[in-house]
Amino acid sequence: MPSIDRPSPPRRVALFVTCLVDLFRPVVGFAAVKLLEDAGCTVEIPPLQVCCGQPAYNSGDRASTRAIAAQVIDAFEGFEAVVAPSGSCGGMLAHHYPGLFDDDPVMKARAENLAHRSYELMSFLVDVLGVDKVTARYDGTATYHDSCSGLRELGVKQQPRRLLQSVQGLRLKEMKSPEVCCGFGGTFCVKYPEISNAMVGEKSADIAETEADTLLAGDLGCLMNMAGKLQREGRRVRVRHVAEVLADMGGQAAIGEPEAQHGPVRR
Amino acid sequence: MSETRNPARAQILDGIRRSLHRGDLTDTARLAVEQRLAVPPRGPVVARAQLPAAEKVALFCQWAEANNATVSRVAAADVPDEVSAYLARNNLPAEAAIAPSPQLERYDWTSQKLLNLRRGRGEARDQVSITGAFAGIAETGTLVMASGPDHPVSLNLLPDTHIVVLREGDIVSGYEEVWTMLRGRYGKNSMPRTVNTITGPSRTGDIEQAIELGAHGPRRMHIVVVHD
Amino acid sequence: MQSTAHDFKDNVGTALADPNLQDSLAKLKVGFSERRRQAAERLPEFEALRDCARDIKNHALANLDFYLEEFERKVIALGGHVHWAPTADDARRIIGDLCKSVGARTVAKSKSMVAEEIALNEHLEALGIAPIETDLGEYIIQLRHEPPSHIIAPAVHLTKDQVADTFFEHHAPLGFTKRLTERNDLVAEARHVLRQKFLDADVGLTGANFLVAETGSSMLVTNEGNADLSNTLPKMHIVLASIEKVIPTLEDAAVLLRVLARSATGQESSAYTTLNTGPKRADDLDGPSAYHVVLLDNGRSSVLGTKMQDMLRCIRCGACMNHCPVYGAIGGHAYGWVYPGPIGAVLTPQLIGVEEAGDLPNASTFCGRCESVCPVRIPLPGLMRHWREREFERHLTPRAVRQGLALWSWLVRRPKLYRWATQMANRLLSMFGRAEGRYRSLPLAGGWTRFRDFPAPPAGGTFHAQWARHGGARVRP
Repeated sequence: MPSIDRPSPPRRVALFVTCLVDLFRPVVGFAAVKLLEDAGCTVEIPPLQVCCGQPAYNSGDRASTRAIAAQVIDAFEGFEAVVAPSGSCGGMLAHHYPGLFDDDPVMKARAENLAHRSYELMSFLVDVLGVDKVTARYDGTATYHDSCSGLRELGVKQQPRRLLQSVQGLRLKEMKSPEVCCGFGGTFCVKYPEISNAMVGEKSADIAETEADTLLAGDLGCLMNMAGKLQREGRRVRVRHVAEVLADMGGQAAIGEPEAQHGPVRR
Repeated sequence: MSETRNPARAQILDGIRRSLHRGDLTDTARLAVEQRLAVPPRGPVVARAQLPAAEKVALFCQWAEANNATVSRVAAADVPDEVSAYLARNNLPAEAAIAPSPQLERYDWTSQKLLNLRRGRGEARDQVSITGAFAGIAETGTLVMASGPDHPVSLNLLPDTHIVVLREGDIVSGYEEVWTMLRGRYGKNSMPRTVNTITGPSRTGDIEQAIELGAHGPRRMHIVVVHD
Repeated sequence: MQSTAHDFKDNVGTALADPNLQDSLAKLKVGFSERRRQAAERLPEFEALRDCARDIKNHALANLDFYLEEFERKVIALGGHVHWAPTADDARRIIGDLCKSVGARTVAKSKSMVAEEIALNEHLEALGIAPIETDLGEYIIQLRHEPPSHIIAPAVHLTKDQVADTFFEHHAPLGFTKRLTERNDLVAEARHVLRQKFLDADVGLTGANFLVAETGSSMLVTNEGNADLSNTLPKMHIVLASIEKVIPTLEDAAVLLRVLARSATGQESSAYTTLNTGPKRADDLDGPSAYHVVLLDNGRSSVLGTKMQDMLRCIRCGACMNHCPVYGAIGGHAYGWVYPGPIGAVLTPQLIGVEEAGDLPNASTFCGRCESVCPVRIPLPGLMRHWREREFERHLTPRAVRQGLALWSWLVRRPKLYRWATQMANRLLSMFGRAEGRYRSLPLAGGWTRFRDFPAPPAGGTFHAQWARHGGARVRP
């Protein structure tokens, strides 16, 4: 919990939905809104936000990345905090934007300003807002994969685990190597599909060995990759973003599952 | 060797300066690096080896054993006995090449009637060697050997079994004290041909990463730690 | 060594289909990383030592000319010789001439990645001089005519059975007619065979982990003791080292040694760490009568002062490859040249050209595990990204990727159009995939669906469409 002598945490928060959540898994965005609101924040969704620019950045296209970053910086101007349900997009804003503008002091200052206000959702809830429990129920055994950027760029490790402890009915069973990359890597997984497949194959075996019925993580790219592999191999593991479970929205069909199978169909 | 006489040397050094966007170091910059060489700064201190003498010796023994050496602690008068006993315990021949060192000559080897010693460098046929040590490093159980007429390097390497006689007073915390001792013994601008720091017997992990002892150097290392 | 880095994708296919390699990699992935973790945890000062190691190497690089000259001065003062080699060709010629000057027939070599880099063995063989690799791993792969697959464990791609077959084949003519099956027997047999080679060698050639400017010493770290036999028994000792190996003082060496062994193998200390300074002294009973150091540049000086300079801090511990999931999947040979893994992905394009090795810096998920364990904190993913930027600038990125990227970034910069396009995509993907929940194949996504299903989005539209529809109010799906 926030202590008295700590400055009061930001309350007017912008959600950076991220392009994958927007397109493939909207429930994660709604779950993030609920978690932030439950923690006392006012959440806004700036309409001009699109993508953080990683596909261009990681392909070496610096000019496009700068243009996209400038657009993101504009979109999130004026918010106390910018929160993304993704360590990879959060890390892009918090760590990589300032370096794009080394030759432009005005933009660099704006990028640094945004960097200081940018957070990954789990870390924002626990480290900044001091949240230490949620009100949610999920019946099952879950294993948690640490997505690389969240773990190594933003130090997201214990925060989701701490919150998951308060979810009723949920048991967490760690896999052997939760910190090893799943082989997604953005465009990597389609540029080097054989290597990516070997990596996600190993991850899938590690997950299966836990005998957990649910796989959770904090980044949708990794989740889609792992879900796709688990399903191709015929493994019956439900795959969800950790925010869904924490926001008590674990009733929707899991990633890659048909909608009728779990929970009510929403129209 | 001047740069005019060696174009390859000039090419590399000029290339470095060009890449670093400068010419020769300025006088101020040169003074700073010369000062750093003259009074070398030490890195972070490894706390575990900052101990009183007795505990330092114990830490040395503990790490040496962890690194697959065997250790016996004896009084000076018992060193020859311990060497013979070690050879007998391990079914090794009572025969060894010993470093021609004044330090080792202080022990009464004549008391060992059955022990056949040859003084000199290591030879291919030697099965056992006996040497002293310049120092021991408590932090990792490492022995320091300085080459010279009293300590041929081949004795550290060729025999299957290396017996090292180390005085407790020569055990220090870390490398830094060893460097100070070396500068004291050989002078700031000199070094023996070879300084071997050796931690346990020779080993390899090159077949399936499983450690096997005795790759090229000694298979067994026995350290006789001598009370002061 | 002839590069096959341009065939990276084919090499990957071969590697993934090699069951022996996959068995070996399975062991590597858990072994090295677990031992390193334990070693780091045992030493509370480890992170501070890493910072200090980084700073030492940065300082040495910023004053590299000074320290090289100082090193040279000290080597000469103690009776040694220093040779400057701007290129690989120069280094090969210098070493060949030195060997010829003593009429060398055999050279006992201790593992040196720089020697691999300049393809020294091929050159010596062409001169009629036999190079004998004495590091056990290097010896095994020399017998098999293979390049190393790892910078500290060159034969890590092989199983014990493969080693047994190799020894059986090559040692039989020497009188070892039994195929051995136990590791200790294999090690003992190699020891026996190589011992005679050490005794017969005319020249000992080693690399160097560090060159100490203060004393003019070359510093070597090994576990087997082969480097020490190489620098003690033959009459000439040649040290081949690249220029960035120079560090200021023995105190600096102490810091670097503490992070090197722990990062490499998880040992507190390697078995042998040796300082060699000049040839044997007048009253020494053994040691080489001549001591030569060959300093190789081979393009390194041009990296100084650029964004890529950080790669020159590398102390060749191998931790980056031990922790790299890509290396763990494909092993070292797939990288196609001397240096594999993350450090190879940044060094190789520098040393042999990004046109040749363009795939290497791209074949990374940027998972960052390499940077998180690097003892001198080289920002490896950042350096790989620099290479990708240079490839993009020089139009070396594949055309399909460039075109796709151009279209995508054009769209991203038009948020309204982007919303419309993503809403259409969402609807289509949802409509056709809803019943199954996922696709087993998808046009334009073959790279994905060859190995994985592709999840279909649920009905209801994109997040932004739903948010707008509900007027920005909180929605509980």
